[in-house]
Amino acid sequence: MTALSAVFARTRRGAAERDGGRKARWTPGRFALLAVALLLALVWLLPLAWALATSFKPESETTKTPLEWIGSTVTFDAYERVWSVGDIPVWMFNSFVTASATTLLTVTTCAMAAYGFTRTDFRGRKVLYGVVLAGIMVPPQVLIAPLFVEMVQLGLVDTYWGVILPQVAVPAMVFILVKFFEGVPRELEEAAYVDGAGRWRVFWTIVIPLSRPVLSAVAIFTFITTWNNFLWPFLVTTDPDGMTLPVGLVNVLSSYGVRYAQVMASLVIAGLPLLVIFMLFQRQIVRGIAHTGLAGQ
Amino acid sequence: MTAVSPTAAPAPRADLPAGGAAGAAARPAGVRRKWTEHGLVFVTPFLLIYALFLLWPLVYGAGMSLTSQNITGTGAEFTGLDNYAEAVRDPAMWSSLWNTVWFTVLSTVPLVIIGLVLALLAHQLRVVQWLWRISWFAPFMLPSSVVCLLFAQMIFPSGFGFADQLLAEFGLEPGIGWLTDARYAMLSVVLTTVWWTVGFNFLLYLAALQSIPQHLYEAAELDGASAWKRLWHITLPMLRRTTGLVLVLQVLASLKIFDQVYLMTGGGPDDSTRPVLQYVYQQGFTGYRIGYASAVSYIFFALILLVSLVQPWLARRKEDSK
Repeated sequence: MTALSAVFARTRRGAAERDGGRKARWTPGRFALLAVALLLALVWLLPLAWALATSFKPESETTKTPLEWIGSTVTFDAYERVWSVGDIPVWMFNSFVTASATTLLTVTTCAMAAYGFTRTDFRGRKVLYGVVLAGIMVPPQVLIAPLFVEMVQLGLVDTYWGVILPQVAVPAMVFILVKFFEGVPRELEEAAYVDGAGRWRVFWTIVIPLSRPVLSAVAIFTFITTWNNFLWPFLVTTDPDGMTLPVGLVNVLSSYGVRYAQVMASLVIAGLPLLVIFMLFQRQIVRGIAHTGLAGQ
Repeated sequence: MTAVSPTAAPAPRADLPAGGAAGAAARPAGVRRKWTEHGLVFVTPFLLIYALFLLWPLVYGAGMSLTSQNITGTGAEFTGLDNYAEAVRDPAMWSSLWNTVWFTVLSTVPLVIIGLVLALLAHQLRVVQWLWRISWFAPFMLPSSVVCLLFAQMIFPSGFGFADQLLAEFGLEPGIGWLTDARYAMLSVVLTTVWWTVGFNFLLYLAALQSIPQHLYEAAELDGASAWKRLWHITLPMLRRTTGLVLVLQVLASLKIFDQVYLMTGGGPDDSTRPVLQYVYQQGFTGYRIGYASAVSYIFFALILLVSLVQPWLARRKEDSK
């Protein structure tokens, strides 16, 4: 309990120091800024609110004008219908499997590669690192045509691996991790070598735990982008049972015709998982994105 | 991190790497660097996947662009630069290239400026940070297909769409063909994109604002500088590097436009919004001419390379001229 309050006191002191040790006064100018900010927040929230409102309306009232936020009754019909058709749970599962596998493979291979490039020495290290860096310039979208033919030849169309593998080797992630490893002091690792630990032990028991913040940033970022990715899974999956959530939605929503409440309910269900992840990991995501972006400087 | 005195550190082993200058300097002169090949073990898994799914398609695609190959990989016949010659003379290729550039121009400016304004507001106010993050950043967490279907099916349809209904609420003329009128279609795509992705730039700017040393402001305040002066003479100059970064990332992201157009307008009306990537998709995947599609992608790739190479060069020239 005392430890907890000490932590609280410390964060509060931290905040006070950040604010220049004083509380900002509520001048009229600051009230005006607040009003502008609230207005902009409202503008940004409106489309989401409208989707949510529509999803609770009876189907017959979704296209009623003039503007009405709440229909004659609030109903969960659209949600029940959409969920019971059964495609959305399958797509969600596919998205979860492919995004998790991509994230795991990306973090492992990129962390190992970055460690190899910063802390070991082998013939051709600089040349290979140069080749990896050059890959940052290649927009993945430009590769879609040859990549697709390659997938056909490898027999990976409509498989999880077909969705996963092309999203794994991200040169930018190696670059970010190299920048991080370069800033980590070597003393700990060298002490472990003196004690007789091998490269692998040092990597797994010292380097990986030390890099947890940057690794989780890379992991969260990879998970978000692969979960949301549209173009590649759209090209490489043709069988509805193998589609990811974003692709499946597009594929089937057209067959709903004009049932807008159901469309909006599907979108709410599809959007929720990452919004929940965002609420849970706000700080890490914010820090991660700031870090990921700023590492380019 | 506490400072560790260099003398206290164990002497570096000869086979230990030399990433930084400090490592190199610490190595006793005359000791030959011993190559240790087990470093390869660490980089191999990445390099394998990288070679298989990035380098090889890059080379393979270049080769494919010189053939008349179709989508199934058969029927390939070497045609030399025919595809490129055809692409250069293809008005549809040029119009899709132009649409891509036009979208990039239209979207980059508001995405950078609004991102900055939102970050300044959130940083200045320092209250209800969760509200700013949720309203401005949360849309970025949604899949593009969710965002596009929402805007295409509920916000932009003529008449009953939310945008039209809002206009009517304010007594303005509804019935705008947001996505069906060539005058507004691209703007509607830009609006959607700004709503969806501005949160990313907002966060980059917010992080940059929080790292500006506080004492600069205190000193300025002692000198009696007004809030505007502080913004103009401290904050904005300190953000210059971030703006450069945001600008480059944004241009590169905008050049890749595909999802929004494909899902909202299908490239229409009359191909007025169709970007390069959609043209590549149409030629390769629905028109089965994957050799030609590759040629178009490579022309596009050349454009992106040009942008990424020219930008740092321009920035350096600007710094030098000061």
